[in-house]
Amino acid sequence: MEKTFKSPLKHIAFSVFAWLVGLMIFFPIFWMVLTSFKSELDAISMPPMFFDFDWTLANYVEVQARSNYFKFAMNSVVLSVGSTLIGLVFAVTCAWAMAFSPTKRTKNALLWMLSTKMMPPVGVLVPIYLVFRDWGLLDNRFGIMMVLFLMNLPIMVWMLYTYFKEIPKDILEAARMDGATMPKEILFVLLPMAVPGIASTMLLNIILAWNEAFWTLNLTTSDAAPLTAFIASYSSPEGLFWAKLSAASTMAVAPILIIGWFSQKQLVRGLTFGAVK
Amino acid sequence: MSTRSSTLTGRIMAAPSIIILFLWMIVPLGMTIYFSFLRYNLLMPGMEEWTGLDNYYFFLTDPAFFASLANTLLLVGSVLIITVVGGILLGLMLDQAIFGRGILRLLIIAPFFIMPTVNALVWKNLLMHPVSGMFAWIATSFGLQPIDWFSEAPLTAIIIMVAWQWLPFAVLILLTALQSLDRDQREAAQMDGAGPISIFFYITLPHLGRAITVVILIETIFLLTVFAEIFVTTGGGPGLATTNIAFLVYTQALLQYDIGGASAGGIVAVILANIVAIFLVRLIGKNLDR
Amino acid sequence: MGAIRLEKVRKTFGNLDVIPGVDLDINDGEFVVFVGPSGCGKSTLLRLIAGLEDVSGGKILIDGTDVVDASPAKRGLSMVFQSYALYPHMTVYNNIAFGLKMAGESKAVIEEKVRNAADILNLTDYLDRRPGALSGGQRQRVAIGRAIVRNPAAFLFDEPLSNLDASLRVNMRLEITALHQSLKTTMVYVTHDQVEAMTMANKIVVLQAGRVEQVGAPMELYNRPANKFVAGFIGSPKMNFIEGAYAGQRNSHTLGIRPEHIAVSTESGEIAATVKIAEHLGAETYLHVVADDIGPMTVRATGEMPLGEHDRIWLTPDATRLHRFDAHGQAITAP
Repeated sequence: MEKTFKSPLKHIAFSVFAWLVGLMIFFPIFWMVLTSFKSELDAISMPPMFFDFDWTLANYVEVQARSNYFKFAMNSVVLSVGSTLIGLVFAVTCAWAMAFSPTKRTKNALLWMLSTKMMPPVGVLVPIYLVFRDWGLLDNRFGIMMVLFLMNLPIMVWMLYTYFKEIPKDILEAARMDGATMPKEILFVLLPMAVPGIASTMLLNIILAWNEAFWTLNLTTSDAAPLTAFIASYSSPEGLFWAKLSAASTMAVAPILIIGWFSQKQLVRGLTFGAVK
Repeated sequence: MSTRSSTLTGRIMAAPSIIILFLWMIVPLGMTIYFSFLRYNLLMPGMEEWTGLDNYYFFLTDPAFFASLANTLLLVGSVLIITVVGGILLGLMLDQAIFGRGILRLLIIAPFFIMPTVNALVWKNLLMHPVSGMFAWIATSFGLQPIDWFSEAPLTAIIIMVAWQWLPFAVLILLTALQSLDRDQREAAQMDGAGPISIFFYITLPHLGRAITVVILIETIFLLTVFAEIFVTTGGGPGLATTNIAFLVYTQALLQYDIGGASAGGIVAVILANIVAIFLVRLIGKNLDR
Repeated sequence: MGAIRLEKVRKTFGNLDVIPGVDLDINDGEFVVFVGPSGCGKSTLLRLIAGLEDVSGGKILIDGTDVVDASPAKRGLSMVFQSYALYPHMTVYNNIAFGLKMAGESKAVIEEKVRNAADILNLTDYLDRRPGALSGGQRQRVAIGRAIVRNPAAFLFDEPLSNLDASLRVNMRLEITALHQSLKTTMVYVTHDQVEAMTMANKIVVLQAGRVEQVGAPMELYNRPANKFVAGFIGSPKMNFIEGAYAGQRNSHTLGIRPEHIAVSTESGEIAATVKIAEHLGAETYLHVVADDIGPMTVRATGEMPLGEHDRIWLTPDATRLHRFDAHGQAITAP
């Protein structure tokens, strides 16, 4: 129901207004990126400097040199991609079965999965922390990867379920009439049709795992710590390292911002469990 | 495709995810419930003993509980109001034919992808810092006294940054819902002589009802457990000014090592979340039947 | 060969008896149409034959072999779906070839069979396209092509024309009939449209609530419907059903008169009536009238009739073509 404007003048005026609002909302991110190219002194100067400062890449170099940024970035990649891939193996089979061979209990199983997602993490922080401590999983990549996998599993199953549901049953039946066995049916018919859905499920889960900041802050200290924990280490009040903070932050959010922009449409479906499409 | 063999295969394929999720939910939750009845402090190992409901009694009568409950509700309520109202307005705005609408939409949804720790530190330092922050400069330019956000209005500061993070979520969902509004319905209303304002209240808003409910319920679930923003900015202070239930449980468990008390708090948080969850699960369950 | 025999075939969903027990013989080379209102179980019956649903009881024999435990592909049948069910990510060529590939045919054989089918169906120019780039009628032809290449014992069609617009439907109807004439393979065709049933079938199976109401050649059903349901379902416009004194005089509970078996006169006749609405189609005229002492009736008169609202006319039913039914709706055959 896109409206069009009667006069071009109104059109331009409204566009200018909308862009002002949009730029205001985006400003913190813009300012962060801008600050990352300033020297520490310029970063805290009053009045703030917009473009008339000495642009420098020194912060990016220094963040890596001083605090081994790439180790944390690597952890973020391993944890988010790893937990997503493990999740995919479980979620694809589960959602496939639920979408194409539903039983009377399928709906309840789906809703129950959803309800596990409603459990606040603090409710299980204590036992998970103790179990991780006793099993030596604190600050361990595998341990935190499993937590992220389990956290996002319901969302993955749901998202894939809603995608699989949209594949017409007729086509799978046609494949069976054509003599395709179950593995061939999945490989030649289902998977090619489900690739877009699986891809967007992956992207959304990488985003969620990348930004997860409750378990990563509580269960990691250094070896397995991802970028969320790395950035949190800048919260210490001594010294003002705004430019370096900005450089580290920019690097931490840039990949996910790009992935996020690509998957914005699927995001709605994934985060609302198919209730809004 | 409901033949016997396919149903059996289906069950076998669905089982692993269900079993593993069941364990992930039931084992820790059972342990939390068990711990919540114990006097159990990590600093005094081997001293665990059964105390019945004492932990709940202490947790629920602790003034910190009431302060943090109030903070939680204030945080959730304020963010919900800001994001839903803002989401509707921005959704309506983005539904118009604006020059460069695609790019504009990207800018507006960007905050959602920013990790919470980055969000918190950028707002705290670059924007809200009382001496060198952007807001301080704006205030002084207008001849006003800059606000020291994190000592004068710490909870407001947290609310602003959490709302900024969640506004795009509301915009995205409400915009999606707006775009699914039947053009014919609007035109029929126009033929009936409805102006833009009556169309909004009689056609658009009722159409958005479901989407708004979904936004409220899902945001509530996440907002009840806001943690990282508090962790990296105020640490719950000053005093208890920004401690919510999630943060209170965290301090009790990992800072005071009071496992019993923290577990009782965790169960209280679970109960609070479940009140919301029941409504959400019902709503989505209804949707599943269609 | 493609003779299909159903023996006491039952299907229940939970407590619901969708098909309480059907016996049916389909001879090799026949064009059989299952027809009935929506929800009558005609599609379920087809899916039971295809093997896409398990039977709850009874036997399905294809050329004498019981196939109820065989997988769909093993039954040697092909199906054309209502939605066509084409694989959207494959070209037309690959859509048609998929079944052959699954059967492990050699490349050369596949190529030959696909080309051949494409030739029959006028699809040769479209083999490299994807289904998304085809029109409704072309998609329909691809679906049929996919069925042809497997050289099945019988073709199963599940309402294949219901997604096409009216004129295309008439064309495809003719094409499928022509296909049957050239292939001479058994075809089982499901539709809710009695016109399709009448025009295409050798044998019509009328179903209601999972039960077979009548089986017979189209004209047999038209001329000698076994009951009121079949009488009302076959023929358009619908048969008039008259109860009361007029029916009683002719030893029946209900009297059925087809609209086309009533002579119209503006001067005299058996029944006096007033025209409510006249639908002028040119070649024929449908008159919706209210007959004195009887009530509303529909009359189909050939040619143009200069009649309109409020006109008085007289109707004379063809006495040799009256259908008499008893109180249970069964046709009365005795004089």
